[in-house]
Amino acid sequence: MVAPVVTASMTTPDSVRVEPDDPVELVATTVEELAPLYRQMLAIRRLEEAAAKAYSQGGKIGGFLHLIIGQEAVCVGATAALKPDDYVVATYREHGHAYAKGSSARAILAELYGKKTGLVKGLGGSMHLFDKQTNFLGGYGIVGGHVPIAAGAAFASKYRNDGRVTLCFFGDGAATIGGFAEGLALAALWKLPVVLICENNQYSMGTPMYRSLAVEDVSLRALAHGMARDRFDGDDVIKVKRRIGEAIERARTNGEPTLVEVVTYRFRGHSMSDPGLYRTKEEVEEWRRRDPLNRCRQRLVDLGMKDPALEALEGDVKAEIEDAVKFAEESPPADAYLPYVVKE
Amino acid sequence: MPVISYREALNQAMREEMERDPSVFIMGEEVGHYNGAYKVTQGLLQRFSERRIVDAPIAEMGFAGIGVGAAMVGLRPIIEFMTFNFSLVAIDQIINNAAKIYQMSGGQYHVPIVFRGPGGPAVQVGSQHSQALESFYAHVPGLKVVMPSTALDAKGLLKAAIRDDNPVVFIEGETLYNTTWEVPSRDDAAGADLLIPIGKADVKRAGTDLTLIAWSKMVWTCLDAAKQLAQDGIECEVVDPRTLRPLDVETLAASVKKTGRCVIVEIGWPVAGFGAEVAYQIQRHCMDSLDAPIERVTSDDVPMPYAKNLEDEVQPQVKDVVAAVKRALYLD
Repeated sequence: MVAPVVTASMTTPDSVRVEPDDPVELVATTVEELAPLYRQMLAIRRLEEAAAKAYSQGGKIGGFLHLIIGQEAVCVGATAALKPDDYVVATYREHGHAYAKGSSARAILAELYGKKTGLVKGLGGSMHLFDKQTNFLGGYGIVGGHVPIAAGAAFASKYRNDGRVTLCFFGDGAATIGGFAEGLALAALWKLPVVLICENNQYSMGTPMYRSLAVEDVSLRALAHGMARDRFDGDDVIKVKRRIGEAIERARTNGEPTLVEVVTYRFRGHSMSDPGLYRTKEEVEEWRRRDPLNRCRQRLVDLGMKDPALEALEGDVKAEIEDAVKFAEESPPADAYLPYVVKE
Repeated sequence: MPVISYREALNQAMREEMERDPSVFIMGEEVGHYNGAYKVTQGLLQRFSERRIVDAPIAEMGFAGIGVGAAMVGLRPIIEFMTFNFSLVAIDQIINNAAKIYQMSGGQYHVPIVFRGPGGPAVQVGSQHSQALESFYAHVPGLKVVMPSTALDAKGLLKAAIRDDNPVVFIEGETLYNTTWEVPSRDDAAGADLLIPIGKADVKRAGTDLTLIAWSKMVWTCLDAAKQLAQDGIECEVVDPRTLRPLDVETLAASVKKTGRCVIVEIGWPVAGFGAEVAYQIQRHCMDSLDAPIERVTSDDVPMPYAKNLEDEVQPQVKDVVAAVKRALYLD
């Protein structure tokens, strides 16, 4: 008998349910819990759409613009399980993460517009949002290079015993780079209170997983380090909140890291310049059918939320994003860079 | 005044700063139980425990990045690279993260971190372990680059680097650890809190005929050359910038305006070496005072050979400095 190449860690929840045709598993929730999460997801969707419009139509947003449309349930669900003092570190596809952590749509959009009122004064742009007020430790443009930074924030929490947890988001494309490997190894070795969340949207830019990974299960990397792992589909924001919540609890109480892989899908291209020719229309349609927003809205209806209440919520989001666009449009241009090179 | 080694000076600096500030910790390969690959952290584990003297596995990008993240949220890490050659696998953390976070965050987060360790060629350790990488780091806005030549500078500048709110690349001379210098004790008034400001050059030898500009080990080579030249009646001034970024152009230029001649000596490669930037600054600020073209002395433009005779041939020696000085004085 040949021994299995991979065995599940003894200590870890090891559920793998990612097939698109999986029966929908209902995680218990209430309107009170779910409606604010739906509101956040919708606001992120509308924010991204507004950004895409400003990018395409007016050239008001420049450079690289990576949208998270389709993946909203991951950042919203995960962040919902945090306390305000906890840290979040993210990639260049991070507008949603910043918003979910508490940054305003106004400041995010103004940053994309390169305005003085932007979250980082027009110095960072789409890929480099930071917000000290919400403990959002930033959006990073070098794939995987931010994983050690997240481990470092968690190291500081352990050093000071401050009870905080750090969430680190990255894509499946980061699974092949050294920063991820070393951050993972050190987080495990030193038992740092960090949750490493692989948002597996199934493509690193235009390359599908089967062409970049010998084993298409990023969460398995945890096993070699004796680290807890989890893997699940990320359509259901409540499920994301619960499962990431378990990992956060493990970090906070036991000081143990977890590698979590959340399978999701981006509806748009890698960035605005990517028409997404590497995948079929049918594939994209299949995933759009599972749109986490629609699913969340339907769940609210099933839970008894009435149309007027839903429409009020949606109208409120519409107004918030319209206001943010107006704010970004009317804000003064960025005006200073020299004071932000060296701290005096 | 006590005479101590460069190694001991660095050790004292870290010990004093760690006693003063509980947010300072040291992380690196072999820094704790092994007492440091070059024994710079000797005894610190016993003094401060494993919480603050953290032995890291061989994962420079990982632990350099951990330092950056910890610094962002308020700690003051000292990240030791066993040698700066190994910093190249962590350079993403230093350049893409440490140097840019203050800017990328619009001034919200700063990164008070020291990346330190030995740099420059040692003796017969081959090409991968014999590199002077200061020009790489000095190129990058957002970093400070410090290269002390003496035990006194090493102590005062390392203490200042640890207190600095910016990322500091602190490159020690790999062959300087056993050199000694007078360093006031912390028990004396003069040494109670020995801080040397980053960005201030130091005249290591006064002279009237020519200015030698050098840092780290090359300061010693220049002092030897100056001594030899003095026997021929040539008085060289040796100016040590001590910090490459920010560069104290004012002090360097003041010396060259006085002497009218300048030779820049560095142990790194010639092409795009930091000496080229110094030469630009000198000609820009001293054009009317220069009596001869600025000379540069560098290592040869080759990876370092192993054989001792070849290694010596590649690196600037006293005779090379003397020859350059004579060229600048039109004595050849």
